[in-house]
Amino acid sequence: MADNNIGAKRVVVGAHYGLRDWLAQRVTAVVMAVFTVVTLVLFLGASDFSYEGWAGLFAQQWFKILAFVTFLAMYYHVWVGIRDIWMDYIKPVGIRLTLQVFTILWLLGCAGWTVQILWRV
Amino acid sequence: MSDAAARKRFTNIHVTQIIRYRLPASGMVSILHRISGALMFLLLPFVLFLFDKSITSEISFEFFKGYVSHPLVKLAILALSWAYLHHFIAGIRHLVMDMHIGLSKHETVKSAWVVLIISGVLTLLVAMKLFGVI
Repeated sequence: MADNNIGAKRVVVGAHYGLRDWLAQRVTAVVMAVFTVVTLVLFLGASDFSYEGWAGLFAQQWFKILAFVTFLAMYYHVWVGIRDIWMDYIKPVGIRLTLQVFTILWLLGCAGWTVQILWRV
Repeated sequence: MSDAAARKRFTNIHVTQIIRYRLPASGMVSILHRISGALMFLLLPFVLFLFDKSITSEISFEFFKGYVSHPLVKLAILALSWAYLHHFIAGIRHLVMDMHIGLSKHETVKSAWVVLIISGVLTLLVAMKLFGVI
């Protein structure tokens, strides 16, 4: 078993055997969790629920960058998860590939919108 | 080996059997993790739209306040809140299990119930806050 599954005889699947994505999913999840807690503490702690309080938070450069990195982590996380869904339920290769390409383009578009939102504040 | 042979052969259930199929709590948490993730993916443009309106200017913030006071929008935000809370807490359960903690059958069912109860209670609190009960 161990020897007849290497080199040209290797069974090739499309998921890099999962380790890289598994790890990325975990790391990005932790980034989002940390951001969620930081934002809740800063926003609820300030108890300034006006526009000034909300926008003031995102107006600071360090918070903008933290939010930006978190959104990027989220989009990577979404990619891993949604690709899992396509791989589990969509068997025809053509449709699956189309959905995967659409997902990537869609998430890139959302990332662009995120940059616009964040750097307009 | 005899143990595995004695076990009923694994088969996929038909899609129409899903409703009648009784999942253990850990199975519920698992499929809800996927459903909540898919829901947040589908509503991503809606979330960005709300975020955009809430933060761009005082004028858009006023629009945001009016918009989120609509009952249907509140329902969508409630669904998103549940999805986020469930995904978050079920995700923490995953991270704990990645550290090889609580992997026995008994413990996974127990921790799954903890996830369902905590996310349920927190969602209920969000609902009460959204609809002005508290």
